[in-house]
Amino acid sequence: MKQYAYYPGCSLESLAKDYQLSALEVSRALGLEMREIEDWNCCGATAYFPVDELLAYTLVARNLAIAEKTGLTDFVAPCSACFKNAYYTNAYLKKDPDLADHVNFALEEDNLHIAGIMNVRHLIEVILEDVGLEEIRKRIAHPLKGLRIAPYYGCQILRPRKDHEEVENPRYFEDLLSAIGAEPLEYASKTRCCGASLIITNRKAALEMVRILLKEAIDRGADVIATTCPMCNVNLQVYQSQVNREFGTEYSIPVMYFTQLMGMALGIASHRLGVAREPVPKAREAVTA
Amino acid sequence: MTAELSFSNEIINMMYATHGNPISLCLQCGTCSGTCPAVEFMDHTPRAIIGMIRENLKEEVLASNTYWTCASCYHCTVRCPAGIDIADMMYVLKRYSIWKRSYKEGLIGPDFAEAFVKMVVNSGKSYEPILATTYLPRFTAAQLVQEALTATGLVLKGKMPLLPKKIRRLKNFQRMVKRIIPLGEAS
Repeated sequence: MKQYAYYPGCSLESLAKDYQLSALEVSRALGLEMREIEDWNCCGATAYFPVDELLAYTLVARNLAIAEKTGLTDFVAPCSACFKNAYYTNAYLKKDPDLADHVNFALEEDNLHIAGIMNVRHLIEVILEDVGLEEIRKRIAHPLKGLRIAPYYGCQILRPRKDHEEVENPRYFEDLLSAIGAEPLEYASKTRCCGASLIITNRKAALEMVRILLKEAIDRGADVIATTCPMCNVNLQVYQSQVNREFGTEYSIPVMYFTQLMGMALGIASHRLGVAREPVPKAREAVTA
Repeated sequence: MTAELSFSNEIINMMYATHGNPISLCLQCGTCSGTCPAVEFMDHTPRAIIGMIRENLKEEVLASNTYWTCASCYHCTVRCPAGIDIADMMYVLKRYSIWKRSYKEGLIGPDFAEAFVKMVVNSGKSYEPILATTYLPRFTAAQLVQEALTATGLVLKGKMPLLPKKIRRLKNFQRMVKRIIPLGEAS
């Protein structure tokens, strides 16, 4: 069983408990051992950087330094915002020794040192690259036949990785959904922003951004929107009723983490995936059919 | 002899430490504005803001809501043909305006960012109900009711913890933070 330094991030302890449950269940089922790093702190999301850039790097670096101590090579984050912060902080510190020195001076207070040796990855990449579609297909007990899924990538899982060929039109999420027997839809808004923390700081803007995403998924006949990030999931799911109130719409579409959908297809009981809390009749039908 | 630094150069200097090309290379093509999913809620488009910085329109830039309306989706950054990290520039402008304590009235973003940092410095973790105290006072009665219903629903579903978590080595953590920002005893 390959081991990974797992960094859940704050959302997975609160708003995204269902993501935590399903991420760990699916990893286990696929033979990936996620070892949560000890005493990690908040990655800062998008809110540290407007205040102090150096502090932002230091807070992210602390988690990377703790992960380095484990001797494992891969730092895995299930949240796109955590992933982005860790990925770039790691890269910048490696590129800029002065910055790394300054950060390490602060890390001394917690007896830590960052060398920049972790390979920072998002959970979905680990599943796709280290397990692979073929192996996933083999393990599917209940293919999600006929379930029409809008694959929503969001932003920070992809950007600002300019060197990444898949930045404008990625396909890996669609491939993964096909592998679990579902029907991925062509979803033009798949990399359009959900508004993220604007849901707090500029609600009007965020609700409009969420509305656009919901509308396209529903217009295309999606049964469910699949997500890879707790912030996207919360905005699309929890704020649906507020979108309806604001725009007079009657949207009602389930939003699920890709790990919940994978877990169902792998034959893991819904309650162990946090699915029971959000009824998805169509998905249940697909599984029990 | 001391030359006074222009606003434009101040911003360019702050961006010097970041990772894209300088804004002097901007072609004013507007790809950023056409890409931005929040542009209709901005006082000025990203293209216009870059033009305004280059023209040293400091007061106008500080009075704009543009950068506080950026959701950090980085779509402009990856598409900019001049290789400018525009989303990062928005962070630079946020920092500049917090530093100058000068921003458009009624914005929640600056208070939210500062409350977020304070919360993390105090506990090592983020926790939604503490953050709520920064923005709830700005809400209208109807919005408050909606927010309360949403929050109650989340607590009932077991998704909202009732007590904030703290990291274990909080003292070390806070000393670490003080090596970056000397916060005094008020932290």
